Amino acid sequence: MQLRRSMLFVPGNNPGMIRDAHIYGSDSIMFDLEDSVSVLEKDTARFLVYSALTTLHYGKKELVVRINDLNSQLGIDDLEAIVRAQPHVIRLPKTENAGDVIQCEKEIERIEREVGIEVGTTRMMAAIESAEGVLNAKEIAFSSKRLIGIALGAEDYVTSLKTTRSPEGIELLFARSMIVNAARAAGIMALDTVYSDVNNEEGFRREAEMIKKLGFDGKSVINPRQIAPLHDVFAPTEKDLQKAYAIMEAIEEANRRGSGVIALNGKMIDKPVVERARYMIERANAAKRSTVEEV
Amino acid sequence: MEIVTVGKAGTVESSDIIVMIEPNEKKGIELHLESQVMQQFGAQIENVIRDTLKDLGVENAVVSATDKGALDCTVIARTKAAAYRAAKCTDYKWNFGGNR
Repeated sequence: MQLRRSMLFVPGNNPGMIRDAHIYGSDSIMFDLEDSVSVLEKDTARFLVYSALTTLHYGKKELVVRINDLNSQLGIDDLEAIVRAQPHVIRLPKTENAGDVIQCEKEIERIEREVGIEVGTTRMMAAIESAEGVLNAKEIAFSSKRLIGIALGAEDYVTSLKTTRSPEGIELLFARSMIVNAARAAGIMALDTVYSDVNNEEGFRREAEMIKKLGFDGKSVINPRQIAPLHDVFAPTEKDLQKAYAIMEAIEEANRRGSGVIALNGKMIDKPVVERARYMIERANAAKRSTVEEV
Repeated sequence: MEIVTVGKAGTVESSDIIVMIEPNEKKGIELHLESQVMQQFGAQIENVIRDTLKDLGVENAVVSATDKGALDCTVIARTKAAAYRAAKCTDYKWNFGGNR
């Protein structure tokens, strides 16, 4: 299971951060060619990220590259380079509808065929950053088999709503709910936006707890300091984990007895409870493996 | 690739290198390198720059580079970007480099 609790944004034109990106323990590293790169340095950043991806080894980290919008030549130029550098995932920004994903997929497929990579190797994620995108979240989530997830890009989204971000995030509730439901319906991941105030750990933690409760799989982070509190929020408590193990044991016991009815401590256990327990254990094991790999 | 103007890429930040490439009509590659780690890695950085220019087919250029402890992959990236800019070329050639 690929965990995506934390996706660390790394500015694509910063060699020091590109070099060190794997040491902070994020689940994914997301090299950025879009908003963190000045329009005058798009070419140099593209060379740098391509060169890093084809040279440096980041262990078992999932590598993602956020490209520029495909409505400009920059986005196409990014794909020409980045598909050949073979990160695991390409993140499409400003996705408005299924057509945007399909257009990006066509370009990726063309390049995969040109270089002889198996078609479909390059995975995608789509960032939804506007009111239109949010309303089309379902068609976006179902638009391509390459999609590993859809993400919210809040800064552009609140601008399109003609509002601003608040510490409580009430303005994002509808978008988050749409995105998480669309992602779950399509069987892909839901990934939350960045929390920009890096000095406010309490606010960050509150937001992380909220998005976890909403059903998100994780969040983009812009500072390595946000990774540990985020993973902490996503970790099950020991009590919850023990309960999950007890539920799974109760199922095994019931299966051994050939009983269709499962009970634990006198309470009936139904299918959704079992599913949640299994999912919690699976994620806890994946988190443990990822920590061991770090060490 | 023919160098027709001045092209520059990189920054003076730590772990980066600034590479500036200028025309040098039929006089080969003239390379001036400053580095914080000149004694230990100067020859290596020079080799990387020269190899990268050779791969791009740049035969004549004056190259001035100021290194701040860049990895080879950064030296390659900055040299390529500066060369494309100096050649006023946007027809980028990307090799398949997948290693995952």
